[in-house]
Amino acid sequence: MTYNILIQLRQELALALLIFILLFIKLGKDRSNESILNFINAVLFINLAAGFCCHETGALFNGMFNTNALIVFEKDLLNLALLIISMQSYAWLKESKNVIEFYILTLTSLLGMFFMISSGNLLMFYLGLEMSTIPLAAAANFDLTKRKSSEAAMKLILSSAFSSAILLLGISFLYGTSGTLTFSILTAHINGNPLQLFAFILLIAGFAFKISAVPFHLWTADVYEGSPVAVTSFLSVISKAAVLFTLVNMLYQVFTPIANTWYLILVVLAAATILIGNLFALRQDNFKRFLAFSSIAQVGFILIGISGSSQAGSASMIYFVLIYIFSNLAAFGVVSVVSALTGKENISDFKGFYKTNPMLSWVLTIALFSLAGVPPTAGFFGKLFLMMAGAAKGNYGIIIFAALNMVVSFYYYLKVVKCIFMDENTSPIEKITVPTVSKIAMYICVVGVIVTGLANVVYDYINSISFGL
Amino acid sequence: MQEIPLTQLLFVSTFLFFIGMYGLFTRRNLITMLMSIELMLNSVNINFVAFNKYLFPNNLDGLFFTLFIITIAAAEAAVAIAIIINLYRSHNSIDVEDATEMKY
Repeated sequence: MTYNILIQLRQELALALLIFILLFIKLGKDRSNESILNFINAVLFINLAAGFCCHETGALFNGMFNTNALIVFEKDLLNLALLIISMQSYAWLKESKNVIEFYILTLTSLLGMFFMISSGNLLMFYLGLEMSTIPLAAAANFDLTKRKSSEAAMKLILSSAFSSAILLLGISFLYGTSGTLTFSILTAHINGNPLQLFAFILLIAGFAFKISAVPFHLWTADVYEGSPVAVTSFLSVISKAAVLFTLVNMLYQVFTPIANTWYLILVVLAAATILIGNLFALRQDNFKRFLAFSSIAQVGFILIGISGSSQAGSASMIYFVLIYIFSNLAAFGVVSVVSALTGKENISDFKGFYKTNPMLSWVLTIALFSLAGVPPTAGFFGKLFLMMAGAAKGNYGIIIFAALNMVVSFYYYLKVVKCIFMDENTSPIEKITVPTVSKIAMYICVVGVIVTGLANVVYDYINSISFGL
Repeated sequence: MQEIPLTQLLFVSTFLFFIGMYGLFTRRNLITMLMSIELMLNSVNINFVAFNKYLFPNNLDGLFFTLFIITIAAAEAAVAIAIIINLYRSHNSIDVEDATEMKY
């Protein structure tokens, strides 16, 4: 029995152990940042590799904690993303005085996400959600002396506290109408009476805040711009992916009796998200703000895939998140290195970037092509599968709308590519020597962008472990 | 003795929730905004306790949820106040109108 717990909880236990080790390192004598970073990266790599070893299906603590092959795979994806972010921000963290705090905050947040993904109970879900957002607000304020950083953290903590209050009101009404918090029993009590629908809308609003779907997206751009690049990439990839995984779990398993209602809500949210994300991305000059609005638009496409409510819907969402991890982190990796070494974060600063840094330019270009969805890269296949899953419902209007918006998105992604390759600049960013660790992370991303699109084993595997309505 | 009906308790909690929301949207002082959020969370607590007492008195799910909400609200307030203190150091003010460097 105890042995069973060790297997099923191994990813969470590993993270908790790592957090405690880091606390003890912090207490001990001073060590050089390089040795700490190398140690942490090695441990994260071992953690990632160990995640793939065994997939046990089971439930712990009276059904509060569930695990199966799909959930283990989702956690592996988040582990992978954290490892890539950690390697990419090597140059920035090496100069920082508080390396260990950065890892304690991000790892705690990741631990909360793991519990949230495997939650089988509304209480567990709420605890995981809060455990993943509160440390992130502290991490957003990581540059203690920068004005923008504290402003970003203030906006993040206030909006996330507000959204969790709304979410809690929804949960309390769900409890009031059903008398239970356990997902498996809750499903039988959901019958779509008005109070339950109101509760469901509040719950979806709370989710939409965390994934920054459109009526609730206003905090996103400011927080992304103000936070340090490493935290921004964490927010835009990992925390979004974790909440999306949980959202799909909830919609496909708990709220099945009111599937027609949430289909409409998702379609409206998706349409608004794609449109507003695209329109605002057109006029940005700050690279992080630009990527923030582009990530809002990407969430809209993911919502279309989820609205398909089939096995393909769940599989295409996870597949797209995998591609999104690679392509978005490749883009953030280049911005992170440039920002750490030169302090420049504007798109106009990247004019003539190809002349001085051909390698970084190619990485950024491939990432942007993948985000836009240009065929040889994986982004195209990801969006294709999302659209196919969404089209299964027979609502072709939203698919055509999304396809038209993809054309708009080509404009702003390719504008950056044009800026890098074609624009003249008398004083371009000088040649940057990228640390080897960051270089490896970028190569992993580029290889991932190309291979996940062309090798069909990836999608087949995800499809085989996922399930629909 | 006559018992207070559930609807009246729910009325109080809903009223509190929207007072909190109104405060969050109209007040410009960060500490007051934080207090408004606490008000919203407490109204949810009343909801949980009322539902538990009146509708499902056999198990204590709602009551335990309340305990966790109180704990997490404390943690959230601790982080938020730390952030506000840091904001005060750089801006010399805790008015949200002064922290508007990033727009649109």
